[in-house]
Amino acid sequence: MDLVTIAFYFFGALTIIFGAVVVFSKNIMYSAFSLLFTFFGIAGLYVLLNADFLAITQIMIYIGGILVLIIFGVMLTTRITGVDVKSGTMGKFQLATTGILTTVIAITLLIVFSSTKWYLKEVPAVESTVNDIGNKLLTNYLLAFEAASMLLLIAIVGAAFIARKK
Amino acid sequence: MEIGLTHYLFISAILFSLGLYGIITRKHAIMVLMGLELVLNAANINFIAFARFGGMNIEGHIAAIFVIILAAAEAAVALAIVLNIYQNFRHVNIDEVDNLKG
Repeated sequence: MDLVTIAFYFFGALTIIFGAVVVFSKNIMYSAFSLLFTFFGIAGLYVLLNADFLAITQIMIYIGGILVLIIFGVMLTTRITGVDVKSGTMGKFQLATTGILTTVIAITLLIVFSSTKWYLKEVPAVESTVNDIGNKLLTNYLLAFEAASMLLLIAIVGAAFIARKK
Repeated sequence: MEIGLTHYLFISAILFSLGLYGIITRKHAIMVLMGLELVLNAANINFIAFARFGGMNIEGHIAAIFVIILAAAEAAVALAIVLNIYQNFRHVNIDEVDNLKG
């Protein structure tokens, strides 16, 4: 086992285990903090996939932005002293049905992923992807880039407008 | 055994199923959001794994960046809506917010 294999299994286990904690935990604060470790494991997987820029973006936007927003949302919408911190689920029958359904979907995906012969291409070791991403964003994908900036502006204004006190 | 494309695809498939389970079973609106983030991250792992093993194709990274941008915008607007629901109903159970039901 070389170091990359060990690192892959470490980050993969981190992602899957804490992803399961996010979904199955009864306490919503536990879920929110487990999401942190899941995002961190995914950032580690990005590093193993030679996506250095995406790994930093994952940590900065998901952990630094979206997760903080979600924790703020949890704290603002739950009465900490009451029983409301717990996040309810459905009845036993619906839970079992959903569990079977998602397990079937997961098994189908695993079979499809392992039985397909994917197109693979060997590549030499990559130095850094930042230059390539910058070039692509400002040439081939310029229109999508500008549209994304407009979308973010509209989302900020709209979110502030919706959430303000009347 | 060498770590290949299918290893990453397996992780993304399991993460996707977990997120789907969370979206369907939870009543709390913010829990649904968290399940959604898991699904989006699973899609991102697929994009970047295919980009890496298909010849370091940078287009996959661009798609992942746009997914992250959309997730950020979606989280901001969704949390604003959740705060509004909380101000009106004093709870955020999405299956009890059915005032428009006939």
